[in-house]
Amino acid sequence: MDFAFMQEAFLRLISGVPLTLNLAFTSIAFGAIFAMLLALMRMSNLKVFDWPAQAYVFVFRGTPLLVQIFLIYYGLGQFRPTLDALGLWGFFREPYWCAVLALTMNTAAYGSEIIRGGLQSVPHHQVEAARACGMSGFLLFRRITFPIAVRQALPAYGSEVILMVKATSLASVITMMEVTGLAAKMISQTFRAIEVFIVAGAIYLVLNFLITRIIMAIEWWLSPHLRRPPAIEPRLEAAHV
Amino acid sequence: MKFLKTASLAILGTALAMGAASAQEKTIKIATEGAYAPWNFTGAGGKLEGFEIDLANDLCARMKVKCEIVAQDWDGIIPGLTAKKYDAIMAGMSITEERQKTIDFAGPYANSPNGFLVEKNSPLAKIPGTGEAYNLGTQQAAAEKAIEAYKPLLKGKTVGVQGSTIHANFADKYLKGTAEIREYKTTEAHDLDLAAGRIDIVLADATAIIGTLDKPEFKDYVMVGPSITGGLLGAGVGVGMRKGETELKKGFEDAIQAAKADGTIKKLTEKWFKIDLTPRS
Repeated sequence: MDFAFMQEAFLRLISGVPLTLNLAFTSIAFGAIFAMLLALMRMSNLKVFDWPAQAYVFVFRGTPLLVQIFLIYYGLGQFRPTLDALGLWGFFREPYWCAVLALTMNTAAYGSEIIRGGLQSVPHHQVEAARACGMSGFLLFRRITFPIAVRQALPAYGSEVILMVKATSLASVITMMEVTGLAAKMISQTFRAIEVFIVAGAIYLVLNFLITRIIMAIEWWLSPHLRRPPAIEPRLEAAHV
Repeated sequence: MKFLKTASLAILGTALAMGAASAQEKTIKIATEGAYAPWNFTGAGGKLEGFEIDLANDLCARMKVKCEIVAQDWDGIIPGLTAKKYDAIMAGMSITEERQKTIDFAGPYANSPNGFLVEKNSPLAKIPGTGEAYNLGTQQAAAEKAIEAYKPLLKGKTVGVQGSTIHANFADKYLKGTAEIREYKTTEAHDLDLAAGRIDIVLADATAIIGTLDKPEFKDYVMVGPSITGGLLGAGVGVGMRKGETELKKGFEDAIQAAKADGTIKKLTEKWFKIDLTPRS
């Protein structure tokens, strides 16, 4: 193991981190909005909304992300005249937006199922209690259902975020030079696959370690009832004596 | 004791017989990319075809060995060789100093220049130097002058190349900063993107471009620019193998010399590329 070379590899690969994070967070942000919409469609109890959402989730969860990227990038690339006519070619011309689109569509499918699970696991009695207090409709959703659902869904959504950070490595097949793309280029110049891939793997590991800590912090912040009770109780007990 | 003696003799005998059998049916595993027409590609039936498949079969017949040709992604083709997944590479790989640090080459068995692929009506089709030929190794000044002459036209354009190739190195050295360079996994991928209009021009091996121009989708495209060889573009295409395999290397060297001498390479390159690519030594 050549540590001087690994340091050189690290310095080169680290320059791909901004693009990796950019792809991951742009698609997670768009994907989360889309996922929320899909989850609400599925829970609407209206077939016109439920069925298309179910079909969408079925297709995007059931096919590999790599295939989706190829279809969007090379597949749609062959329909340039049509896309030109629709004014969409400017979007599909750029590999960046094709990658973001593929990642967004994919995470939306998984995310919608996580959100739906979260919403369905809100205890019925809590909703009833809210109704007894006179809440209904959007107010009930905003104050009771949604906060509890987010708390329930967060651990699973955290895994989805980590999966997305790793999934960005697939964007290297459509010329995006993120961490994996740069690693592949460096290997082709030096033929030293082990060192370069160890460094690339370590970079993803550090990124995902930081992300898991952030998600844990959010969980802690959202779940006051699970934290240790404040330390004022002993004093209260002392007052009773 | 007698029994032990007989037994050990029997075992020794079997081992010798097996050794002799394996020497007789020595198999060499050759890796190719299978996505670099007409050098090597995957044909309609999923079988590997192309110039290098024909040549490999010819060379193996000359060396009197059995050959197995396997497809391997270009990206990992040298690491796969050093990891002993196969014994040789015949994949349109140019002999460069950079690669010679890691592996050995026999040959070259072919030599071909680079060029640009572009749409007929594109302003880039008027790149100067078309039809001229330069060697970066022996006529560096003249070759670099020819490159400087076409650089202004490429300013701000997007150039596609296959990653990990001599053409990618060429683009990095001479076109970086002038044009945006996009690296693709295969030549087929950059051809698709050129046809889709995502990139303005492709820089590739002339033979690969000839292969592309054969396809009906590319009837409105042309090959332009000066033909450049040598220097960082390498000393022709050779058979790659692990360092220290002297016997294998000698076998390939002799077979390639014989194939050059009796016109087999001329015949095969003319069959697949329509031009003679026999390296002159």
